[in-house]
Amino acid sequence: MTAASTRPLRIGAGASFADDRIAPAVELAERGQLDYLAFECLAERTVARENQSRLKNPKLGYTPRLMDRMRQVLPVALKHGVKIITNMGAANPIAAVELVHDFARSEGVGPLHSAAVLGDDITDLLRQQPGLKLMESGAPLEDLLPRMVSANAYLGADVIVRGLATGAQLVVTGRVADPSLYLAAAMHHYGWAYDDWDRIAAGTAAGHLLECCAQVSGGCFAAPGRKAVPDLARLGFPYVDMLADGDFTVSKLKDTGGRVDLATCKEQLIYEMHDPASYITPDCVLDITGLGMRQVEPDRVRITGAQARPRTDTYKVTVGYTDGFIGEGQISYAGIDAVARAELAASVVQQRLADAGHRYSELRVDLIGIDSLHARRVHDADPYEVRLRIAARTTDRKAAEAVGFETRALHVNGPAGGGGGSDPVVKEVLAVQSVLCPRGQVDPRITIREFRS
Amino acid sequence: MIRVNDLAHGRAGDKGNTSNISVIAYDEAGWKILREQLTEAVVRQAFSHFATGPVIRYELPRLQALNFVIHGALGGGVTRSLAQDAHGKSLSSLMMTIEIPGAQ
Repeated sequence: MTAASTRPLRIGAGASFADDRIAPAVELAERGQLDYLAFECLAERTVARENQSRLKNPKLGYTPRLMDRMRQVLPVALKHGVKIITNMGAANPIAAVELVHDFARSEGVGPLHSAAVLGDDITDLLRQQPGLKLMESGAPLEDLLPRMVSANAYLGADVIVRGLATGAQLVVTGRVADPSLYLAAAMHHYGWAYDDWDRIAAGTAAGHLLECCAQVSGGCFAAPGRKAVPDLARLGFPYVDMLADGDFTVSKLKDTGGRVDLATCKEQLIYEMHDPASYITPDCVLDITGLGMRQVEPDRVRITGAQARPRTDTYKVTVGYTDGFIGEGQISYAGIDAVARAELAASVVQQRLADAGHRYSELRVDLIGIDSLHARRVHDADPYEVRLRIAARTTDRKAAEAVGFETRALHVNGPAGGGGGSDPVVKEVLAVQSVLCPRGQVDPRITIREFRS
Repeated sequence: MIRVNDLAHGRAGDKGNTSNISVIAYDEAGWKILREQLTEAVVRQAFSHFATGPVIRYELPRLQALNFVIHGALGGGVTRSLAQDAHGKSLSSLMMTIEIPGAQ
Protein backbone atom coordinates (compact mmCIF):
# COMPACT_ATOMS: atom_id res chain seq x y z
CA MET A 1 0.00 0.00 0.00
CA THR A 2 2.64 2.52 1.04
CA ALA A 3 4.93 3.85 -1.64
CA ALA A 4 8.51 2.68 -1.45
CA SER A 5 10.65 5.10 0.48
CA THR A 6 14.08 5.20 2.00
CA ARG A 7 12.62 5.38 5.48
CA PRO A 8 12.25 1.93 7.03
CA LEU A 9 8.89 0.65 8.13
CA ARG A 10 8.41 1.48 11.79
CA ILE A 11 6.26 -0.81 13.95
CA GLY A 12 5.62 0.01 17.59
CA ALA A 13 4.59 -2.24 20.47
CA GLY A 14 1.60 -0.94 22.42
CA ALA A 15 0.77 -3.71 24.89
CA SER A 16 2.00 -7.09 26.08
CA PHE A 17 -1.09 -8.11 28.03
CA ALA A 18 -4.62 -6.92 28.63
CA ASP A 19 -3.71 -4.91 31.71
CA ASP A 20 -0.52 -3.39 30.37
CA ARG A 21 0.26 0.31 30.88
CA ILE A 22 -1.37 2.65 28.37
CA ALA A 23 0.51 5.98 28.63
CA PRO A 24 3.72 4.70 26.96
CA ALA A 25 1.64 3.47 24.00
CA VAL A 26 0.05 6.91 23.62
CA GLU A 27 3.53 8.45 23.79
CA LEU A 28 4.76 6.11 21.06
CA ALA A 29 1.76 6.93 18.83
CA GLU A 30 2.26 10.65 19.44
CA ARG A 31 6.01 11.04 18.94
CA GLY A 32 7.18 7.77 17.44
CA GLN A 33 6.64 8.52 13.73
CA LEU A 34 5.17 5.04 13.55
CA ASP A 35 3.54 3.34 10.60
CA TYR A 36 1.91 0.67 12.79
CA LEU A 37 1.19 0.14 16.45
CA ALA A 38 0.24 -3.36 17.60
CA PHE A 39 -1.41 -4.38 20.86
CA GLU A 40 -1.08 -7.96 22.10
CA CYS A 41 -3.68 -8.48 24.82
CA LEU A 42 -4.63 -12.17 24.96
CA ALA A 43 -3.12 -14.55 27.49
CA GLU A 44 -3.64 -18.29 27.05
CA ARG A 45 -6.98 -18.49 28.81
CA THR A 46 -8.32 -15.00 28.03
CA VAL A 47 -10.32 -16.07 25.02
CA ALA A 48 -11.93 -18.88 27.02
CA ARG A 49 -12.97 -16.41 29.72
CA GLU A 50 -14.29 -13.91 27.17
CA ASN A 51 -16.16 -16.64 25.37
CA GLN A 52 -18.08 -17.18 28.60
CA SER A 53 -18.79 -13.42 28.76
CA ARG A 54 -20.12 -13.47 25.19
CA LEU A 55 -22.40 -16.44 25.91
CA LYS A 56 -23.95 -14.41 28.74
CA ASN A 57 -24.16 -11.18 26.70
CA PRO A 58 -23.60 -11.16 22.91
CA LYS A 59 -22.35 -7.56 23.08
CA LEU A 60 -19.42 -8.62 25.29
CA GLY A 61 -16.53 -11.03 24.78
CA TYR A 62 -13.80 -8.57 23.75
CA THR A 63 -10.90 -7.60 26.04
CA PRO A 64 -12.49 -5.65 28.92
CA ARG A 65 -9.92 -2.84 28.73
CA LEU A 66 -10.51 -2.33 25.00
CA MET A 67 -12.10 1.09 25.35
CA ASP A 68 -9.78 2.33 28.12
CA ARG A 69 -7.02 1.79 25.63
CA MET A 70 -8.73 2.90 22.43
CA ARG A 71 -10.13 6.13 23.89
CA GLN A 72 -6.58 7.21 24.63
CA VAL A 73 -4.73 5.75 21.66
CA LEU A 74 -7.09 5.90 18.67
CA PRO A 75 -7.41 9.69 18.27
CA VAL A 76 -3.64 10.12 18.50
CA ALA A 77 -2.97 7.24 16.13
CA LEU A 78 -5.41 8.52 13.51
CA LYS A 79 -4.00 12.04 13.78
CA HIS A 80 -0.53 10.73 12.95
CA GLY A 81 -1.57 8.15 10.36
CA VAL A 82 -0.60 5.19 12.55
CA LYS A 83 -2.44 1.97 11.77
CA ILE A 84 -3.48 -0.25 14.66
CA ILE A 85 -3.38 -4.05 14.77
CA THR A 86 -4.70 -5.82 17.85
CA ASN A 87 -6.10 -9.10 19.13
CA MET A 88 -8.32 -7.25 21.64
CA GLY A 89 -11.33 -8.69 19.81
CA ALA A 90 -10.79 -11.83 21.92
CA ALA A 91 -13.99 -13.90 21.58
CA ASN A 92 -15.96 -11.15 19.81
CA PRO A 93 -14.00 -9.02 17.30
CA ILE A 94 -17.19 -7.67 15.70
CA ALA A 95 -18.53 -6.30 19.00
CA ALA A 96 -15.11 -4.77 19.65
CA VAL A 97 -15.00 -3.00 16.29
CA GLU A 98 -18.61 -1.78 16.63
CA LEU A 99 -17.79 -0.32 20.03
CA VAL A 100 -14.71 1.48 18.69
CA HIS A 101 -16.80 2.94 15.85
CA ASP A 102 -19.48 4.08 18.30
CA PHE A 103 -16.77 5.93 20.16
CA ALA A 104 -15.28 7.38 16.96
CA ARG A 105 -18.69 8.66 15.82
CA SER A 106 -19.61 10.17 19.16
CA GLU A 107 -16.24 11.89 19.53
CA GLY A 108 -15.99 12.99 15.91
CA VAL A 109 -12.86 10.91 15.42
CA GLY A 110 -12.34 9.64 11.92
CA PRO A 111 -13.22 8.78 9.25
CA LEU A 112 -12.39 5.29 10.44
CA HIS A 113 -12.18 2.12 8.37
CA SER A 114 -11.76 -1.12 10.32
CA ALA A 115 -11.60 -4.83 9.65
CA ALA A 116 -12.52 -7.66 12.00
CA VAL A 117 -10.84 -11.04 11.48
CA LEU A 118 -13.10 -13.99 12.24
CA GLY A 119 -12.59 -17.73 12.14
CA ASP A 120 -10.25 -18.60 14.99
CA ASP A 121 -13.20 -19.90 17.02
CA ILE A 122 -13.44 -23.57 16.06
CA THR A 123 -15.29 -24.81 19.13
CA ASP A 124 -18.01 -26.52 17.06
CA LEU A 125 -15.46 -28.10 14.77
CA LEU A 126 -13.52 -29.62 17.67
CA ARG A 127 -16.65 -31.13 19.21
CA GLN A 128 -16.57 -33.48 16.22
CA GLN A 129 -12.88 -34.33 16.72
CA PRO A 130 -12.80 -36.28 20.02
CA GLY A 131 -9.77 -38.25 18.86
CA LEU A 132 -7.39 -35.29 18.71
CA LYS A 133 -4.56 -35.69 21.24
CA LEU A 134 -3.75 -33.11 23.91
CA MET A 135 -0.22 -31.87 23.24
CA GLU A 136 1.11 -32.12 26.81
CA SER A 137 -0.45 -35.33 28.08
CA GLY A 138 -1.27 -37.21 24.88
CA ALA A 139 -4.74 -37.93 26.28
CA PRO A 140 -7.69 -37.71 23.87
CA LEU A 141 -9.63 -34.44 23.61
CA GLU A 142 -12.75 -36.49 24.35
CA ASP A 143 -11.97 -36.34 28.08
CA LEU A 144 -12.36 -32.55 28.07
CA LEU A 145 -15.29 -32.19 25.65
CA PRO A 146 -18.04 -32.22 28.31
CA ARG A 147 -16.32 -29.31 30.08
CA MET A 148 -15.02 -27.45 26.99
CA VAL A 149 -16.04 -23.79 26.80
CA SER A 150 -13.98 -22.69 23.81
CA ALA A 151 -11.46 -23.76 21.20
CA ASN A 152 -9.50 -21.15 19.29
CA ALA A 153 -6.85 -21.67 16.65
CA TYR A 154 -3.76 -19.48 16.69
CA LEU A 155 -4.15 -17.86 13.26
CA GLY A 156 -1.17 -16.33 11.46
CA ALA A 157 -0.13 -13.08 9.81
CA ASP A 158 -1.86 -13.96 6.53
CA VAL A 159 -5.33 -13.30 7.93
CA ILE A 160 -4.24 -9.92 9.31
CA VAL A 161 -2.72 -9.06 5.93
CA ARG A 162 -6.14 -9.77 4.41
CA GLY A 163 -7.60 -7.27 6.86
CA LEU A 164 -4.95 -4.66 6.06
CA ALA A 165 -5.46 -5.23 2.33
CA THR A 166 -8.96 -3.77 2.63
CA GLY A 167 -7.28 -0.46 3.45
CA ALA A 168 -8.36 -0.64 7.08
CA GLN A 169 -6.66 1.62 9.61
CA LEU A 170 -7.65 -0.73 12.43
CA VAL A 171 -7.54 -4.53 12.30
CA VAL A 172 -9.08 -6.38 15.22
CA THR A 173 -8.64 -10.12 15.64
CA GLY A 174 -9.40 -12.85 18.10
CA ARG A 175 -6.74 -15.48 18.70
CA VAL A 176 -3.70 -15.00 16.50
CA ALA A 177 -0.10 -15.85 17.32
CA ASP A 178 1.57 -12.92 19.08
CA PRO A 179 4.48 -12.42 16.62
CA SER A 180 2.01 -12.54 13.70
CA LEU A 181 0.53 -9.18 14.77
CA TYR A 182 3.88 -7.61 13.90
CA LEU A 183 4.94 -9.79 10.98
CA ALA A 184 1.65 -8.91 9.27
CA ALA A 185 2.53 -5.21 9.15
CA ALA A 186 5.81 -5.95 7.37
CA MET A 187 4.28 -8.55 5.00
CA HIS A 188 1.59 -6.08 4.00
CA HIS A 189 3.91 -3.07 3.70
CA TYR A 190 6.62 -4.80 1.69
CA GLY A 191 4.52 -7.44 -0.05
CA TRP A 192 6.52 -10.32 1.42
CA ALA A 193 5.31 -13.81 0.56
CA TYR A 194 5.39 -16.94 2.69
CA ASP A 195 8.17 -18.54 0.64
CA ASP A 196 10.44 -15.55 1.23
CA TRP A 197 12.01 -17.33 4.20
CA ASP A 198 14.66 -14.86 5.25
CA ARG A 199 12.13 -12.05 5.45
CA ILE A 200 9.43 -14.12 7.12
CA ALA A 201 12.11 -15.13 9.63
CA ALA A 202 13.12 -11.50 10.22
CA GLY A 203 9.52 -10.38 10.63
CA THR A 204 8.77 -13.22 13.03
CA ALA A 205 11.91 -12.54 15.08
CA ALA A 206 10.97 -8.85 15.20
CA GLY A 207 7.46 -9.79 16.28
CA HIS A 208 8.77 -12.08 18.96
CA LEU A 209 11.05 -9.34 20.30
CA LEU A 210 8.15 -6.84 20.35
CA GLU A 211 5.27 -9.05 21.49
CA CYS A 212 6.05 -8.55 25.19
CA CYS A 213 6.47 -4.84 24.71
CA ALA A 214 8.59 -3.31 27.50
CA GLN A 215 10.27 -6.64 28.23
CA VAL A 216 12.72 -5.76 25.44
CA SER A 217 13.22 -2.13 26.51
CA GLY A 218 14.11 -2.61 30.17
CA GLY A 219 10.99 -4.09 31.78
CA CYS A 220 11.22 -7.28 33.81
CA PHE A 221 14.99 -6.79 33.87
CA ALA A 222 16.23 -4.51 36.66
CA ALA A 223 18.04 -5.87 39.70
CA PRO A 224 19.51 -3.26 42.04
CA GLY A 225 23.30 -3.20 41.93
CA ARG A 226 23.55 -5.74 39.16
CA LYS A 227 21.33 -4.80 36.23
CA ALA A 228 20.53 -1.09 36.27
CA VAL A 229 17.67 0.31 34.21
CA PRO A 230 17.66 4.11 33.81
CA ASP A 231 14.42 5.83 34.82
CA LEU A 232 12.46 2.57 35.12
CA ALA A 233 9.39 4.46 36.29
CA ARG A 234 9.14 6.16 32.87
CA LEU A 235 9.91 3.01 30.87
CA GLY A 236 9.35 3.57 27.14
CA PHE A 237 7.74 1.00 24.84
CA PRO A 238 9.86 -0.37 21.98
CA TYR A 239 9.62 -0.18 18.22
CA VAL A 240 11.30 -1.89 15.27
CA ASP A 241 12.66 -0.21 12.13
CA MET A 242 12.32 -2.83 9.39
CA LEU A 243 13.96 -2.55 5.97
CA ALA A 244 12.58 -4.22 2.84
CA ASP A 245 15.28 -6.90 2.92
CA GLY A 246 14.48 -7.94 6.51
CA ASP A 247 17.34 -6.09 8.16
CA PHE A 248 15.97 -4.52 11.33
CA THR A 249 16.79 -2.69 14.53
CA VAL A 250 15.01 -2.59 17.88
CA SER A 251 14.86 0.75 19.66
CA LYS A 252 12.80 3.04 21.89
CA LEU A 253 12.03 6.74 21.99
CA LYS A 254 14.65 9.14 23.27
CA ASP A 255 13.66 10.82 26.53
CA THR A 256 11.95 7.69 27.84
CA GLY A 257 13.22 5.40 30.57
CA GLY A 258 14.55 1.92 30.04
CA ARG A 259 17.32 0.42 27.93
CA VAL A 260 17.59 -1.49 24.67
CA ASP A 261 20.82 -3.43 24.42
CA LEU A 262 22.18 -6.91 23.88
CA ALA A 263 21.19 -8.03 27.37
CA THR A 264 17.56 -6.92 27.14
CA CYS A 265 17.22 -8.24 23.58
CA LYS A 266 18.70 -11.63 24.46
CA GLU A 267 16.37 -12.08 27.44
CA GLN A 268 13.33 -11.33 25.33
CA LEU A 269 14.51 -13.35 22.33
CA ILE A 270 14.74 -16.56 24.36
CA TYR A 271 11.61 -15.80 26.40
CA GLU A 272 8.93 -18.50 26.10
CA MET A 273 10.95 -20.36 23.52
CA HIS A 274 11.70 -24.07 23.75
CA ASP A 275 14.00 -25.41 21.01
CA PRO A 276 15.65 -22.26 19.59
CA ALA A 277 16.14 -24.04 16.25
CA SER A 278 12.39 -24.75 15.96
CA TYR A 279 10.15 -22.01 17.28
CA ILE A 280 6.83 -22.92 15.70
CA THR A 281 4.41 -20.15 14.75
CA PRO A 282 1.50 -20.29 12.29
CA ASP A 283 3.76 -18.47 9.80
CA CYS A 284 6.99 -20.43 9.90
CA VAL A 285 9.35 -22.54 11.98
CA LEU A 286 11.83 -19.98 13.24
CA ASP A 287 15.50 -20.81 13.89
CA ILE A 288 17.39 -18.26 15.98
CA THR A 289 20.56 -20.29 16.49
CA GLY A 290 22.38 -18.25 13.82
CA LEU A 291 20.94 -14.94 14.90
CA GLY A 292 23.36 -12.10 15.61
CA MET A 293 22.90 -8.87 17.56
CA ARG A 294 24.94 -5.68 17.49
CA GLN A 295 24.56 -2.44 19.43
CA VAL A 296 24.63 0.15 16.63
CA GLU A 297 23.93 3.18 18.83
CA PRO A 298 22.67 3.78 22.34
CA ASP A 299 19.30 2.03 22.79
CA ARG A 300 19.36 0.58 19.28
CA VAL A 301 20.23 -3.05 18.48
CA ARG A 302 20.55 -4.46 14.98
CA ILE A 303 19.32 -8.02 14.49
CA THR A 304 20.49 -10.24 11.64
CA GLY A 305 20.60 -13.89 10.72
CA ALA A 306 17.18 -15.22 11.74
CA GLN A 307 16.22 -18.19 9.61
CA ALA A 308 12.97 -19.99 8.96
CA ARG A 309 11.54 -23.15 7.51
CA PRO A 310 8.03 -23.56 6.01
CA ARG A 311 5.08 -23.35 8.35
CA THR A 312 3.59 -26.62 9.55
CA ASP A 313 0.32 -28.01 8.16
CA THR A 314 -1.49 -27.64 11.49
CA TYR A 315 -2.76 -24.83 13.69
CA LYS A 316 -2.17 -24.92 17.42
CA VAL A 317 -5.55 -24.72 19.13
CA THR A 318 -6.14 -23.60 22.71
CA VAL A 319 -8.97 -25.51 24.32
CA GLY A 320 -10.51 -23.82 27.36
CA TYR A 321 -12.42 -25.96 29.85
CA THR A 322 -13.85 -25.62 33.33
CA ASP A 323 -11.77 -27.39 35.93
CA GLY A 324 -13.46 -26.98 39.30
CA PHE A 325 -12.74 -24.29 41.86
CA ILE A 326 -9.84 -22.86 43.83
CA GLY A 327 -10.55 -21.50 47.31
CA GLU A 328 -8.03 -19.32 49.12
CA GLY A 329 -7.54 -17.51 52.42
CA GLN A 330 -4.72 -15.62 54.17
CA ILE A 331 -3.88 -14.44 57.69
CA SER A 332 -0.71 -13.08 59.36
CA TYR A 333 1.28 -13.82 62.54
CA ALA A 334 4.12 -11.75 64.04
CA GLY A 335 6.93 -11.96 66.56
CA ILE A 336 8.33 -14.87 68.53
CA ASP A 337 7.10 -18.23 67.21
CA ALA A 338 5.30 -16.58 64.29
CA VAL A 339 6.10 -19.52 62.05
CA ALA A 340 5.06 -22.10 64.66
CA ARG A 341 1.70 -20.39 65.12
CA ALA A 342 1.17 -20.11 61.35
CA GLU A 343 1.91 -23.82 60.99
CA LEU A 344 -0.47 -24.64 63.83
CA ALA A 345 -3.10 -22.47 62.14
CA ALA A 346 -2.64 -24.31 58.86
CA SER A 347 -3.13 -27.68 60.51
CA VAL A 348 -6.23 -26.42 62.35
CA VAL A 349 -7.82 -25.22 59.11
CA GLN A 350 -7.09 -28.54 57.40
CA GLN A 351 -8.60 -30.46 60.30
CA ARG A 352 -11.75 -28.32 60.27
CA LEU A 353 -12.15 -28.71 56.51
CA ALA A 354 -11.78 -32.49 56.84
CA ASP A 355 -14.21 -32.63 59.78
CA ALA A 356 -16.78 -30.79 57.65
CA GLY A 357 -16.43 -33.49 55.02
CA HIS A 358 -14.86 -31.30 52.36
CA ARG A 359 -12.54 -32.99 49.91
CA TYR A 360 -9.73 -31.41 47.90
CA SER A 361 -7.65 -32.88 45.11
CA GLU A 362 -4.79 -30.58 46.05
CA LEU A 363 -4.09 -28.24 48.98
CA ARG A 364 -1.20 -25.87 49.36
CA VAL A 365 0.17 -23.98 52.37
CA ASP A 366 2.47 -20.97 51.82
CA LEU A 367 4.30 -18.92 54.45
CA ILE A 368 4.93 -15.39 53.13
CA GLY A 369 6.40 -12.22 54.62
CA ILE A 370 8.96 -9.63 55.62
CA ASP A 371 7.66 -6.34 57.02
CA SER A 372 3.95 -5.96 56.33
CA LEU A 373 2.70 -5.92 59.93
CA HIS A 374 4.77 -3.50 61.98
CA ALA A 375 6.69 -1.59 59.31
CA ARG A 376 10.13 -2.59 60.56
CA ARG A 377 11.47 -5.37 62.69
CA VAL A 378 11.10 -4.62 66.36
CA HIS A 379 12.41 -7.97 67.48
CA ASP A 380 15.06 -10.26 66.06
CA ALA A 381 12.77 -13.25 65.69
CA ASP A 382 13.59 -14.66 62.29
CA PRO A 383 11.38 -14.28 60.44
CA TYR A 384 9.65 -11.54 62.42
CA GLU A 385 6.40 -12.10 60.61
CA VAL A 386 4.77 -14.65 58.40
CA ARG A 387 1.60 -14.62 56.34
CA LEU A 388 -0.17 -17.92 56.04
CA ARG A 389 -1.80 -18.61 52.69
CA ILE A 390 -3.93 -21.70 52.14
CA ALA A 391 -5.17 -22.59 48.65
CA ALA A 392 -7.00 -25.75 47.61
CA ARG A 393 -8.57 -27.26 44.52
CA THR A 394 -11.93 -28.99 44.50
CA THR A 395 -14.87 -29.71 42.23
CA ASP A 396 -17.28 -28.48 44.92
CA ARG A 397 -17.87 -24.71 45.20
CA LYS A 398 -18.90 -25.01 48.87
CA ALA A 399 -15.65 -26.76 49.70
CA ALA A 400 -13.74 -23.99 47.93
CA GLU A 401 -15.61 -21.33 49.92
CA ALA A 402 -14.78 -23.13 53.14
CA VAL A 403 -11.01 -22.68 52.64
CA GLY A 404 -11.10 -18.90 52.95
CA PHE A 405 -13.91 -18.99 55.51
CA GLU A 406 -11.99 -21.24 57.87
CA THR A 407 -8.76 -19.30 57.37
CA ARG A 408 -10.40 -15.98 58.27
CA ALA A 409 -12.14 -17.59 61.24
CA LEU A 410 -8.67 -18.19 62.72
CA HIS A 411 -8.82 -14.61 64.03
CA VAL A 412 -10.94 -15.86 66.93
CA ASN A 413 -10.67 -19.61 66.67
CA GLY A 414 -6.99 -20.15 65.91
CA PRO A 415 -3.56 -19.55 67.49
CA ALA A 416 -2.67 -16.34 69.34
CA GLY A 417 -2.35 -13.03 67.53
CA GLY A 418 -3.66 -13.82 64.06
CA GLY A 419 -4.23 -10.56 62.14
CA GLY A 420 -5.32 -9.22 58.78
CA GLY A 421 -7.32 -12.19 57.61
CA SER A 422 -8.29 -11.74 53.96
CA ASP A 423 -11.76 -11.94 52.51
CA PRO A 424 -12.26 -15.49 51.27
CA VAL A 425 -11.44 -15.96 47.57
CA VAL A 426 -13.16 -18.45 45.30
CA LYS A 427 -12.14 -18.76 41.66
CA GLU A 428 -13.83 -20.89 39.06
CA VAL A 429 -10.92 -22.45 37.22
CA LEU A 430 -10.77 -22.04 33.46
CA ALA A 431 -7.92 -24.26 32.40
CA VAL A 432 -6.45 -24.65 28.93
CA GLN A 433 -4.88 -27.45 26.94
CA SER A 434 -3.52 -27.42 23.40
CA VAL A 435 -4.23 -29.62 20.38
CA LEU A 436 -3.10 -29.45 16.75
CA CYS A 437 -5.76 -29.14 14.05
CA PRO A 438 -5.15 -29.51 10.28
CA ARG A 439 -5.08 -26.19 8.40
CA GLY A 440 -7.55 -27.41 5.81
CA GLN A 441 -10.28 -27.63 8.43
CA VAL A 442 -9.73 -24.14 9.84
CA ASP A 443 -8.95 -21.99 6.80
CA PRO A 444 -12.42 -22.14 5.16
CA ARG A 445 -13.88 -20.51 8.29
CA ILE A 446 -11.72 -17.39 8.16
CA THR A 447 -13.56 -14.25 7.04
CA ILE A 448 -12.96 -10.50 7.11
CA ARG A 449 -15.73 -8.03 8.02
CA GLU A 450 -15.29 -4.33 7.20
CA PHE A 451 -16.72 -1.36 9.10
CA ARG A 452 -16.71 2.34 8.15
CA SER A 453 -17.72 5.45 10.03
CA MET B 1 31.87 -22.54 44.01
CA ILE B 2 30.24 -19.67 42.17
CA ARG B 3 26.61 -18.74 41.73
CA VAL B 4 24.94 -18.57 38.32
CA ASN B 5 23.90 -15.05 39.34
CA ASP B 6 27.55 -13.96 39.27
CA LEU B 7 28.00 -15.11 35.68
CA ALA B 8 24.68 -14.60 33.99
CA HIS B 9 21.23 -13.06 33.85
CA GLY B 10 18.02 -14.69 32.70
CA ARG B 11 14.25 -14.66 32.42
CA ALA B 12 11.57 -17.31 32.91
CA GLY B 13 8.64 -17.88 30.57
CA ASP B 14 5.75 -20.32 30.56
CA LYS B 15 3.87 -22.54 28.14
CA GLY B 16 1.28 -24.80 29.71
CA ASN B 17 2.94 -26.72 32.54
CA THR B 18 6.44 -26.11 31.18
CA SER B 19 8.83 -23.36 32.22
CA ASN B 20 11.68 -22.10 30.08
CA ILE B 21 14.49 -20.18 31.72
CA SER B 22 17.28 -18.43 29.87
CA VAL B 23 20.78 -18.16 31.29
CA ILE B 24 22.72 -15.46 29.44
CA ALA B 25 26.42 -15.05 30.18
CA TYR B 26 27.80 -11.61 30.92
CA ASP B 27 31.09 -12.48 29.20
CA GLU B 28 33.13 -15.14 27.43
CA ALA B 29 34.74 -16.49 30.61
CA GLY B 30 31.36 -16.92 32.27
CA TRP B 31 29.97 -18.58 29.16
CA LYS B 32 32.72 -21.22 29.21
CA ILE B 33 31.99 -22.08 32.84
CA LEU B 34 28.23 -22.17 32.37
CA ARG B 35 28.42 -24.29 29.25
CA GLU B 36 30.57 -26.82 31.04
CA GLN B 37 29.08 -26.80 34.53
CA LEU B 38 25.41 -25.83 34.31
CA THR B 39 24.23 -29.17 32.99
CA GLU B 40 20.74 -30.59 32.71
CA ALA B 41 21.48 -32.76 35.76
CA VAL B 42 22.53 -29.79 37.88
CA VAL B 43 19.39 -27.86 37.00
CA ARG B 44 17.21 -30.92 37.43
CA GLN B 45 18.59 -31.29 40.95
CA ALA B 46 17.99 -27.62 41.81
CA PHE B 47 14.37 -27.83 40.67
CA SER B 48 13.72 -31.35 41.97
CA HIS B 49 11.58 -30.20 44.92
CA PHE B 50 8.74 -29.27 42.60
CA ALA B 51 9.43 -29.93 38.91
CA THR B 52 8.00 -33.30 37.97
CA GLY B 53 9.32 -33.71 34.43
CA PRO B 54 12.59 -33.78 32.53
CA VAL B 55 14.92 -30.83 31.94
CA ILE B 56 16.21 -30.12 28.45
CA ARG B 57 19.09 -27.74 27.76
CA TYR B 58 19.55 -25.87 24.48
CA GLU B 59 22.71 -23.95 23.61
CA LEU B 60 22.90 -20.62 21.80
CA PRO B 61 26.67 -20.11 21.41
CA ARG B 62 26.35 -16.98 19.25
CA LEU B 63 24.41 -15.31 22.04
CA GLN B 64 26.46 -17.04 24.76
CA ALA B 65 23.24 -18.24 26.28
CA LEU B 66 21.59 -21.44 27.48
CA ASN B 67 17.87 -22.14 27.42
CA PHE B 68 16.50 -24.64 29.94
CA VAL B 69 13.11 -26.17 29.30
CA ILE B 70 11.77 -27.60 32.55
CA HIS B 71 8.72 -29.82 32.20
CA GLY B 72 6.14 -30.16 34.94
CA ALA B 73 7.41 -27.04 36.72
CA LEU B 74 4.22 -25.03 36.98
CA GLY B 75 1.88 -26.95 39.26
CA GLY B 76 -0.30 -28.16 36.40
CA GLY B 77 0.03 -24.97 34.37
CA VAL B 78 -0.70 -21.28 34.68
CA THR B 79 -4.43 -21.74 34.46
CA ARG B 80 -4.67 -24.48 37.10
CA SER B 81 -1.87 -23.80 39.56
CA LEU B 82 -2.52 -23.10 43.24
CA ALA B 83 0.69 -21.09 43.45
CA GLN B 84 0.81 -17.32 43.95
CA ASP B 85 3.18 -17.09 41.01
CA ALA B 86 1.21 -19.32 38.68
CA HIS B 87 3.29 -18.28 35.66
CA GLY B 88 6.53 -19.17 37.40
CA LYS B 89 7.94 -15.75 36.47
CA SER B 90 10.07 -15.87 39.62
CA LEU B 91 11.70 -19.19 38.68
CA SER B 92 14.59 -17.35 37.00
CA SER B 93 15.60 -16.24 40.50
CA LEU B 94 15.86 -19.86 41.61
CA MET B 95 18.07 -20.60 38.61
CA MET B 96 20.33 -17.70 39.65
CA THR B 97 20.94 -19.24 43.09
CA ILE B 98 22.42 -22.46 41.71
CA GLU B 99 26.07 -22.96 42.69
CA ILE B 100 28.55 -24.49 40.27
CA PRO B 101 32.34 -24.94 40.35
CA GLY B 102 34.15 -21.81 39.08
CA ALA B 103 37.04 -21.63 36.62
CA GLN B 104 39.39 -24.62 36.92
